[in-house]
Amino acid sequence: MLNHLTLIFACQLAGEAATRAFETPLPGPVIGMVLLFAYCAVRGGVPDDLAAVGDTLLKNLSLLFVPAGVGVMAYGALFAREALPIILSLVGSTLVTIMLTGWLMQRLNRGGATGDE
Amino acid sequence: MNDVREVWVYLSTTPLLHLTLTLAAFAVGSAVYERAGRNPVFNPVLIAVALLIGMLTLTGTGYERYFEGAQFVHFLLGPATVCLALPLYRQFDKVRKSALALGAAILGGSLTASATAVGIAWAAGGGRETLLSLAPKSVTAPVAMGISEQLGGLPSLTAAMVIVTGIIGAALGPLALNLIGVKDWAARGVAMGTASHGIGTARALQVNEVAGAFSGLAMGLNALATALLLPLIVGLMW
Repeated sequence: MLNHLTLIFACQLAGEAATRAFETPLPGPVIGMVLLFAYCAVRGGVPDDLAAVGDTLLKNLSLLFVPAGVGVMAYGALFAREALPIILSLVGSTLVTIMLTGWLMQRLNRGGATGDE
Repeated sequence: MNDVREVWVYLSTTPLLHLTLTLAAFAVGSAVYERAGRNPVFNPVLIAVALLIGMLTLTGTGYERYFEGAQFVHFLLGPATVCLALPLYRQFDKVRKSALALGAAILGGSLTASATAVGIAWAAGGGRETLLSLAPKSVTAPVAMGISEQLGGLPSLTAAMVIVTGIIGAALGPLALNLIGVKDWAARGVAMGTASHGIGTARALQVNEVAGAFSGLAMGLNALATALLLPLIVGLMW
């Protein structure tokens, strides 16, 4: 368990180092994701202990965004300065993007598993 | 027994208070979400954030003081992002089969996200700094802040916009996809990850692992596509 937590942290650390060293546009954790993927590919599977740690973190992924979400309060004044354009833009653009991307992927990717939420 | 005030003064300076409040607020958010039959509109992040902002405002606590406690939760965001490799690995056969569609959808989504964000704000009378800060709003926060800085926006304002975008996507995205009949799990995941990064991915993962795997990958690839393309496009236009 502890070994796999160390592995996850090491992947992120190597990712952070790589972004600094090569000035990639990707953040460290995303490069760390690629590294952990490579580890699983070399091992030919996801070890049970790694799954135990990783899936626990992922099950609570929403929680991890709460502190950053509360940070929005610090920008209340900036938001308020141009509240209407900002709010219209965020709601409109996000919904249009979700619909267009989902529609495009469904059109191009025939025959996947389907479901409703 | 000590004065309540003294106890409060002590508690308000220990990181444990705001760490506990963060977990408690999320527990309330999750309970409401479950009670509402997992209706995405009752997004637990949205509820927790609203409760915490209300509480901090009432007690006159600044964000920096709050973050001293909340940072322990925030820290785990990096390792959790690394772990998105696991659903991706498990679903990789499906991902490989639809690689072309995936690339095209993410590219289309990346361009749409920036173009509509800037276009709508411009039409509604937004200033230049606001438009440039909005342009990378669908990209995961650290990358979006970098792009914003490069374009001449305000990185910190962009960070706030990114979070709000994620919450809007997680809360309303599933309904929008139902409305237009997108039922393919891969397509639903790609849409959530491209338009609303990690917060959308968190929601997708809760519902279906295929959707979660595609969403996490779309988040990463959209960050890459937007970081490479957006500065070029803005450079040509401005």
